[in-house]
Amino acid sequence: MSTEHSGTDTGRAEREGREDTEGSRKDTEDTDVSGGAGTETAEGSAETVEAASETPDAAPPPPLEAHDLTAELPAAPEPRSARFVRELTNGSAAITVLAIFAALVIGAILIVVTDKSTLDALPYFFARPTDTFKAIGSAVGGGYAALFRGGIYDYSQSSFSGGIESLLHSLSFATPLIAAGIGIGIGFRAAVFNIGGQGQMLAGGAVAGWLAYALPIPAILHIPVAVIAALVGGAVAAGIAGVLKATTGAHEVIVTIMLNYIAFYLLGYLLTNVLKAPGSNNPISRPALQSAIFPGTTGGLNIGFAIVVALTIFASWLMNRSSLGFHFRAVGENPSAAKVAGISVKRVTVIVMIVSGAFVGFAGAYQVLGQTTTGFTNALDAGIGFNAITVALLGRNKPWGIFWAGILFGVFQSGGYTMQAAQGIDIDIVLVIQSVIVLFIAAPPLVRAIFRMPEPGHHRTRKAVHTAAVRTGAAA
Amino acid sequence: MRLELRGITKRFGALVANDHIDLSIEPGEIHCILGENGAGKTTLMNMLYGLLSIDEGEIVIDGVVQHFTSPRDAMRAGIGMVHQHFMLVPVFTVAENVILGHEQTRFAGHLDMAAARVRVKEIAAQFGFHIDPDARIEDLPVGVQQRVEIIKALALDAQVLVFDEPTAVLTPQETDELMAIMRQLRDSGRAIVFITHKLREVREVADRITVVRLGKVVGSVSPGASDAEMASMMVGRAVELTVVKDPPKLGDAALVVEDVSLADRNHVPVLDHISFTVRRGEILAIAGVQGNGQTELVETLFGMKKDASGVATIDGRNLLGIGAREAIRAGVGFVPEDRQEDGLVGEFTIAENLMLNRSSGPPFVRHGSLQLRFRRKFADQKIREFDVRTPSATTRARQLSGGNQQKVVLARELSRDLRLLIAAQPTRGLDVGSIEFVHQRIIAARDEGVPVVMVSTELDEVTALADRIAVMYRGTIVGIVPPDTPRDVLGLMMAGAPVDGPRQAA
Ligand SMILES: Nc1ncnc2c1ncn2[C@@H]1O[C@H](COP(=O)(O)OP(=O)(O)OP(=O)(O)O)[C@@H](O)[C@H]1O
Ligand SMILES: [Mg+2]
Repeated sequence: MSTEHSGTDTGRAEREGREDTEGSRKDTEDTDVSGGAGTETAEGSAETVEAASETPDAAPPPPLEAHDLTAELPAAPEPRSARFVRELTNGSAAITVLAIFAALVIGAILIVVTDKSTLDALPYFFARPTDTFKAIGSAVGGGYAALFRGGIYDYSQSSFSGGIESLLHSLSFATPLIAAGIGIGIGFRAAVFNIGGQGQMLAGGAVAGWLAYALPIPAILHIPVAVIAALVGGAVAAGIAGVLKATTGAHEVIVTIMLNYIAFYLLGYLLTNVLKAPGSNNPISRPALQSAIFPGTTGGLNIGFAIVVALTIFASWLMNRSSLGFHFRAVGENPSAAKVAGISVKRVTVIVMIVSGAFVGFAGAYQVLGQTTTGFTNALDAGIGFNAITVALLGRNKPWGIFWAGILFGVFQSGGYTMQAAQGIDIDIVLVIQSVIVLFIAAPPLVRAIFRMPEPGHHRTRKAVHTAAVRTGAAA
Repeated sequence: MRLELRGITKRFGALVANDHIDLSIEPGEIHCILGENGAGKTTLMNMLYGLLSIDEGEIVIDGVVQHFTSPRDAMRAGIGMVHQHFMLVPVFTVAENVILGHEQTRFAGHLDMAAARVRVKEIAAQFGFHIDPDARIEDLPVGVQQRVEIIKALALDAQVLVFDEPTAVLTPQETDELMAIMRQLRDSGRAIVFITHKLREVREVADRITVVRLGKVVGSVSPGASDAEMASMMVGRAVELTVVKDPPKLGDAALVVEDVSLADRNHVPVLDHISFTVRRGEILAIAGVQGNGQTELVETLFGMKKDASGVATIDGRNLLGIGAREAIRAGVGFVPEDRQEDGLVGEFTIAENLMLNRSSGPPFVRHGSLQLRFRRKFADQKIREFDVRTPSATTRARQLSGGNQQKVVLARELSRDLRLLIAAQPTRGLDVGSIEFVHQRIIAARDEGVPVVMVSTELDEVTALADRIAVMYRGTIVGIVPPDTPRDVLGLMMAGAPVDGPRQAA
């Protein structure tokens, strides 16, 4: 009983998080394309209308004769603006914004305590406190200004195109994170924990990178071939874990982690023996042919970002509007009910893994065709396979949520370098700030406690009761 | 201890689940709360137990206003609750569960298990039942688990005990025993709040009856009132308590089961050479004490047991081991026993749950894409037709009251073209009005020529619906008898006594 109600139980915190954000969650779910709670664009589709009247806290019971679906909208007693405000105070959007705010505050503290001039001014604080405050101000202000300059817009540049370069840079960092994050998020939705992002990126990236230099065909074919091969590579790497889970019950976490090692060392072997660029002493492949490189700026804005936008749209459709996504979610939420409903849990597990791996595979392709085209190594994943897990969680496993989370991470990464270069702030501090944000977002009760937000309070019982029921296996 | 609820109000968005409820609960009384599905009974009790926050109103104990923020507070104030789904840790022993959360430790955090064991035994002895403090929860039958919940509350010296539909999962005998325990608790000066949909139980133990409807207290009934009076007060209209049905128009044999056997993981037979046939337009009710193979039988007929042996066909088409997907395709409708575990995806909306087992093709899916407009219309129509009490079709299933969840499952299964309907405990947790409705729907399906296999542990339901009754005992069918078989004979059969020749109606 006590564990059931203790707020520290992470599973429960997670559950509560999901429940607490009920109101806005539903809106985002079906109108994901708009990218966030409360900002839904009226698509005019039935589901948008549905989403609007969906929120139990907001909408009245639908008129019984709901023959005209659109007739329901005006019936809402609560004005849209009021709902928006309420969602903003209780919903996930507010939690996210406040989490970022809280993290920036903590980040500021970290910047201050690690800043040399502040520490230098501290000993004579009582003599000249203004020195300390000035130092604090310039450390924090300068740090975050550098973050902005490096991640979003560099106002020190004279031209707009020079200034916006920073954002384009961020988007380039974000692109593979989004693709891999969506892949992993899809897995999470189906309760499949794909920790093998690294291995799948290596598989996808290596296949794409190899085709990129070994296959002399025109660009119009070269890019699609290389990209599709990368998707297949990632899908196969992940599919192995899916098949093993479905046939033998081997836990996908263990299998995917092991596959990471296998991919890493196998690729290392291949790079030293088979794929190595002639004349090189390092285990690195030959550079990609021009025809395989993503048009646009390598390491900046190129076609890779457009592809990732398309992938996000596709993932959103897949999860919310397709039969397959319906199966994924059903299995993820309640496998036994899914089974009774004739959905094969094993089949879904394999397919989820394959789909997940394909998305991650694209991240690998981006790394070798859009980011570093001068030859690949077995470190081409650049840690993205793991960061993608964080991005997926930050985006609450929803494609558009992951999209924005990926961009946030891209901004941090790109801006982080500038913080380091211009202000001498340790890159580690930047990473700490990132981690704190995720921590806050993963734990809405914590954020609510800090900002004394009202607890939405209701949904607790049923879930607790249900969990207990599942545990005891008591019949309903 | 005198407990008073004053003007308690709870809203879930636009829905007012409790609307200024006033209730006083006196020591030495069994206070029954009656109400339709979704009337707000569970919500009220969850507030009393600190599981839900109160929007308006107050809880007053002996004149002192209480502020519960968690069940811990409620327990400390002397309120105990026995949930329909037990909140026990299955791998812990009885004694461990009883002290869980309130551990008494001696030095250095060493648990005083000996004291806990003694306490468990003491309390059990006081109420005249036996319980092994060292038994693991998961090894105990449901009825005994429930007693552990009761002991758990009493160990904390609860003066008010809330029972929310405690008998839904009990056998008739366990129910009788529970009633006896409740009476003893009352006689010891405690107050009991008892929520049930079974009027017989109400008549048996209630000292006071309060009826709630649509979140409001609509009045009280004297314990001497007739079932019809109670039912009509609850539902707000006259309810037909006896099932009216025409004699069956029997067709050909549709479901043929021959020599079906099944063993569990430890090779213990759970189904032992089962044979019967069900004809078109006939309801075969399977009676028996829970746990005698009924669950396995229905799952086998639904194609879900891969290693069942024997023959089971519907209209000549094999059912054994074909999997749920194929069974659904073959036109088998299935109402599982445990709706939350097997029947619904709690996080899914009602609309999504209504398409759960038709999620691969028309009409809900075309070209791999969900037909949301159709789904929405379909859901709205079914909600109306089955009187599901919900703010909208996009409410999540887990937010519905228990009875309304059951209606969603029934609505889904009864809106397909069926060749066979298998329903396990189809009215578990339903209020009298809904039971009447569900019975009518099952009979309507039968009158359309659908063969029906219904499992129920409620003898009333069995005798009311059945065209024939098969009694199961330890994995075998003891006999198949006509519905007018006297109850005592059925009772004997349920205990394993074979029937004499002429009664056999196979
Ligand atoms: N967490 C929740 N969120 C939204 N609505 C809820 C929630 N819990 C309950 N409700 C709604 O409140 C109403 C009352 O539910 P409650 O469970 O109290 O009914 P009940 O009287 O116990 O019904 P039953 O007899 O079926 O168990 C229902 O309409 C239900 O849908
Ligand atoms: Mg209830």
